[in-house]
Amino acid sequence: MSQAILFWCLTAAQALLVAAMALAAWRAVRGPRAQDRVLGLDTLYLNGMLLLLVFGVRTGGSIYFYAALIIGMLGFAATVALAKFLMRGEVIE
Amino acid sequence: MSVADLPAWACVTVGLLAVAGAALSFLGAVGLCSFKTFYERVHAPTLGATLGMALIVAASILFFTLVEGRFMPRELLIGVFLTVTTPVTLILLGRAALFRDRTEFAREKGSEEG
Amino acid sequence: MIRALLPHPLLALGLFVTSLLMSGSVEPPALALAAVLALATPQVMRALDAQTIRIRSPGAIVSLAGCVVVDVLRSNWAVAAIILGRRRHERRSGFIHVPLDLKDRYALAVLAVILTATPGTLWVEYDSATGRLLLHVLDLVEEDEWIRLIKDRYERRLMEIFE
Repeated sequence: MSQAILFWCLTAAQALLVAAMALAAWRAVRGPRAQDRVLGLDTLYLNGMLLLLVFGVRTGGSIYFYAALIIGMLGFAATVALAKFLMRGEVIE
Repeated sequence: MSVADLPAWACVTVGLLAVAGAALSFLGAVGLCSFKTFYERVHAPTLGATLGMALIVAASILFFTLVEGRFMPRELLIGVFLTVTTPVTLILLGRAALFRDRTEFAREKGSEEG
Repeated sequence: MIRALLPHPLLALGLFVTSLLMSGSVEPPALALAAVLALATPQVMRALDAQTIRIRSPGAIVSLAGCVVVDVLRSNWAVAAIILGRRRHERRSGFIHVPLDLKDRYALAVLAVILTATPGTLWVEYDSATGRLLLHVLDLVEEDEWIRLIKDRYERRLMEIFE
């Protein structure tokens, strides 16, 4: 019984995170300006990372933790590079 | 302890923590879509990046600690990492937006005068 | 001697704990790897010539951390209420200027992280010549109230810690 509660709670959490990713993707596609798109991408990877953590709890495997860590690092680097690009028009000065 | 022997209180706590964190994160994404200006939207993702993330990380730590039978604070790394990096990206984005707004404003003003 | 081995003690400690968390055990191999990382990596920082952090009062760190946790919880609640559409009409957001007396670079970095990580406030721009900070606030009720809050709750404690 309690296993069923855990299962449905995790399913609900995953559904909410996927919905959040969809909203962030909508903002990234919609714009209206470049900084809105970058912000949308930032939120997208953040929610993707949280989704992987919930996946990890659901399957009990530790591989999802490392995947989440890598997404976090790459997402951070990507957003910083994009923000830099918006400010100056080039990534490497 | 395997997942099947988890006590009822642990299942309920882990589940509720995960749902609460995901709900906060979802609320942040709703804010991202519903706010009218960029500077308001920048505030929305911090919901998921602070408390939402903390709740999901807590759920994960509790779950793995009980399943493995020893304290597993591994997910704290993600918590610390995200707490340090999210402000950096948001500050940079805010500055970039301000810079773009200023140059655009200056250009409009210049074209009106010229 | 101890300075040559550990130029940045806090960095070394952080690396040690991070490495142990990554390997997820406290067996001898994991401890050895963590010790190697903690001793070798700060030597790289030598080339960067970074200032060492001096912490004056460790007790203030605890009170600052407690303050931040309470504020993060409270402002999460406040921003969630705004998104859910309460008080949609009278809310206005805007920029405020905060005059800061804080000069230490690390203290300013910590303040930037705290202010931005708290939902509802965003650190935008800091002018080190005048010490003026441009802050964006989502729910701007009273400008002076925000300035007082930042100065009382964070700046005073940060000055205790770093200066």
